[in-house]
Amino acid sequence: MPMKDPADIIDAVLSRHRDDPTRLLQILRETQEELGWLSRKTLAFIARGTRQPLARVEGVASFYSFFHTRPMGRYRVLWSDNITDRMLGSARLMKEMCQKLWLEPGHVSEDGLVSVATTSCTGMCDQGPALLVNYNAIPRLTSQRVAQIVELIRTETPISAWPGEFFQVDDNIRRRDILLANRLNRGDALRTAIVRSPTVQAESSANERTWQDSNLASAPGPLLTLEEIKRANLRGRGGAGFATGTKWEACRNAAGSGPESAHCVICNADEGEPGTFKDRVLLTTQADLVFEGMTIAAYVVGARLGMVYLRGEYRYLRDHLEKILTRRRSEHLLGHNILNQAGFDFDIEIHFGAGAYICGEESALIESLEGKRGVPRNRPPFPVTHGYLGQPTIVNNVETLAAAALIAANGGDWFRSIGTEKSAGSKILSVSGDCERPGIYEYPFGVNVAEVLSDCGAIPAKTQAVQISGPSGVCIASDEFQRRIGFEDLATAGAFMVFNNERDMFEVARNFSHFFAHESCGFCTPCRVGTTLLKNCMDKIEAGHGSEYDINEIFKINHLLQTASHCGLGHTACNPMFDTLQKFRPAYQRRFKSLAFEPAFDLDLALSQARQMTGRDDADAHLKNTMEVKE
Amino acid sequence: MSQKIKVATTSLAGCFGCHMSFLDIDERLLELLELIEFDRSPLTDIKHCGPCDLGIIEGGVCNAENVHVLREFRQNCKILVAVGACAINGGLPAQRNHLDLRDVLEEVYQTEPGLTHGGIPNDPELPLPLNKVHPIHEVVKIDYFLPGCPPPADAIWKFVTDLLAGRTPTLGHGLIHYD
Amino acid sequence: MSTNTSPTFLIDGEEISFQPGQTIIQAALAAEKYIPHLCFHPEFKPHGSCKLCTVKINGRPAAACTTQAQAGLNVESDIPEIKDKRRTLVQMLLVEGNHFCPSCEKSGNCMLQALGYDLGVMSPHFAQIFPVRPVDASHPDILLDFNRCILCELCVRASSEVDKKYVFALAGRGINKHLIVNAESGRLADTNFSPTDKAAQVCPVGVILPKRVGFAVPIGKRKYDLKPISDISSRPALPSGGEGSTGQLASGGSLESAK
Repeated sequence: MPMKDPADIIDAVLSRHRDDPTRLLQILRETQEELGWLSRKTLAFIARGTRQPLARVEGVASFYSFFHTRPMGRYRVLWSDNITDRMLGSARLMKEMCQKLWLEPGHVSEDGLVSVATTSCTGMCDQGPALLVNYNAIPRLTSQRVAQIVELIRTETPISAWPGEFFQVDDNIRRRDILLANRLNRGDALRTAIVRSPTVQAESSANERTWQDSNLASAPGPLLTLEEIKRANLRGRGGAGFATGTKWEACRNAAGSGPESAHCVICNADEGEPGTFKDRVLLTTQADLVFEGMTIAAYVVGARLGMVYLRGEYRYLRDHLEKILTRRRSEHLLGHNILNQAGFDFDIEIHFGAGAYICGEESALIESLEGKRGVPRNRPPFPVTHGYLGQPTIVNNVETLAAAALIAANGGDWFRSIGTEKSAGSKILSVSGDCERPGIYEYPFGVNVAEVLSDCGAIPAKTQAVQISGPSGVCIASDEFQRRIGFEDLATAGAFMVFNNERDMFEVARNFSHFFAHESCGFCTPCRVGTTLLKNCMDKIEAGHGSEYDINEIFKINHLLQTASHCGLGHTACNPMFDTLQKFRPAYQRRFKSLAFEPAFDLDLALSQARQMTGRDDADAHLKNTMEVKE
Repeated sequence: MSQKIKVATTSLAGCFGCHMSFLDIDERLLELLELIEFDRSPLTDIKHCGPCDLGIIEGGVCNAENVHVLREFRQNCKILVAVGACAINGGLPAQRNHLDLRDVLEEVYQTEPGLTHGGIPNDPELPLPLNKVHPIHEVVKIDYFLPGCPPPADAIWKFVTDLLAGRTPTLGHGLIHYD
Repeated sequence: MSTNTSPTFLIDGEEISFQPGQTIIQAALAAEKYIPHLCFHPEFKPHGSCKLCTVKINGRPAAACTTQAQAGLNVESDIPEIKDKRRTLVQMLLVEGNHFCPSCEKSGNCMLQALGYDLGVMSPHFAQIFPVRPVDASHPDILLDFNRCILCELCVRASSEVDKKYVFALAGRGINKHLIVNAESGRLADTNFSPTDKAAQVCPVGVILPKRVGFAVPIGKRKYDLKPISDISSRPALPSGGEGSTGQLASGGSLESAK
């Protein structure tokens, strides 16, 4: 097989993206797919093509976990390292894989064939342990499956020729409510929205310069739909719970900048919060509803441009989603003059993330879409006025947009009648951990934790804790199981991780501390350094070198992170330690050998290199870590 | 005052510069000696520490012996003070920390011509070096820190006299120095 | 205080007048009221990364450099709770890098060090992270010592916004974030960087150092040796050891209580 010239490959990628620097992430991803990794030479080529400084391109490439600026194995295996994967034995299986491949985790085999490492939660918690091989998800791993994978790698079988069942991802929908059980046909919501103002659309566009102009003034259709969204009291499903109608209205009223003002609708499908996988299932089973929600949003705010920011871990959904987009275009639900409304132009493009949890934060997501490092912006201004390329932009979670489509079809009063007073509608929970039936559960807001536990087959008496809304959320203990899912009490992005009485809650918190240290963007001092100090503290306690001093340190760092961090990642990074220290402190204390103080590092281990070099192993060649207390 | 304050001092991985700076308080030493007496210290040549009120540590922790001495001080001194850059952040000796200790030992005892006589010394009398050099607060709890390379004599004087007077030691501008 | 009609807000009870559009730190510095900062520079857009300028605004913590001044705000800056946080931030920066002041030519002119003095940071407190960051001495006139980098991005901003040379950028993420040089070799010598660039002038710490001038001014006679960083008034410097900045030497017992 003749080798293609790398320069030709990069050229082809660049021209596919019109040398557009804002498309840098997609350019890097597609280049890496062909070349395996991104050498500085490759980056320099891309920098010249996109007319950017090399260092800036390198800065972007090195920000994202899924881009490699060093050679990687031709098979890149990344094990999902969420606590739920670990509870299902991922660490042992990964070790097995490494042993079979004669490989150290994190290293590339000498022949360049394979590398094995871990990555943050890949969103397969209900069917773990899971891994990514060259960014294709493989769930439900067992020793046998690991052996099969090793064999396929050894024989250098192309991934396209691996058994399809390996890559089968299940939906595991266990309970449906208004969203998952909806019976809308494609376009129903849009048609209802347009019919709300039967007369105005056609005449206004004839006289106005563009449909968007008329929309900004007072076109009744969009305004009436906005009223329904507001009446519905729809709040963001990504966790923060901001009022969707308020967001849309602010964006709609923002003028935008430049001669070609272009409002923008972004669907946040970066679903990176460990333990969350409901957006994956929504995009698998309800993609039309989500895209319809985006189109409704575009109709309301007057946007032409729609983008889905899909996490790189869900790359396998691409063909499925593109197929649905194509069908919607052919049915005039996307594209030019949607549903024959003159000037109603809107289309949707899918962008892929590349392994950066922080890009779930809306302003970091926008930076990433612009081809930059995913660093949260200073706010104000907010995206609704200055978002993608400085234009008014709404960023909504997948589930929020699906709910918006339902509201457009069925009305705000209907939606508001479901759920509780402050939490209208339903919430989709991603249930994983110690239960019989992990998967997707949709409930009207207000359901209590005990009911979810009983539905998913977890025995409340044998359950010690549930982590609500992932590591950045809240850990509740068994005496809190009457608490309710909803903005009044337990606001959540959907993660619901169950821990039985056998689980070590310290290890849960330690796993989360590693997650935050790995995912901190590094922009602000408290989060960049603080998350690593926290991780080190937890590792120190784990190694049996902790003391009450270290607990005080955790509280001290927590206080700083909560008050001085730049964004939500830092604000919440200490939550797992804080909650488990409040509720499960013995899990920490039983690891202590002394109460007051223990050295910051392992003293005896610190003599290991000298012992090795001198061959000594006498008593004086060792140190006790804990100081003897003098009587 | 019934009894003099007992003070012990030592230099771990340091250069004795902080001790020199201590001596630079000059004639105020006499005033000080009215109030304190030295236990283990390079000034007295007492080899082991008895119960003391105040321990003053210069230098970081670079080998096993440093750990033992530091612990002896912690066990015997009610208040332990880290004095100088090396005690506080590892200082000059810690500038080897970006190197692998194995490479350092090989370079010094095996590769470098002229030094390669007996290979890497393995006499049990010699303390083994740690993989990295650490500040002393990473090994034992430290009560006070007095930075500087070395801290100026006036800073040492201010610190000690504040402490002897029962005040929380406080340095003003010009007395806190990291260099 | 001021008799003009510009709007005002309070910092530590002191009335500060401001021009609309100014941030809190801009208004404060213009009024000779010091708020600690590292990534903020009056000639550049606010960055908001170092968080040293964290203050309490109407009771809530926020960065003074990215918050717009508004009439009637109550800003608290010089209070124990906030100073304690700033001390912790300085300590975090100290352990993240390798800040061995005695060997650094910037000592005495270093803002991080001066803030340490001013806040009374007597130790790095946390365990050192001991990063491995090789220096770049390739350029004939400039030395780069990345070990001291606090990632304020001032050189990145100066090189792109003022010099239009894009010599510096940030790479990596989280604790692995680091400064890089815009050259395929990665070396400063292979860029068009010049000692007269704005980017060569703005480093608050000792990363970007002109060669052969390090000790022209002796240690002890340098900027912050003479005057605390917090003293931004046009009045003469306070005498050594006078009021103003004081440093407490950590929380230990006293000899009285020990006895």
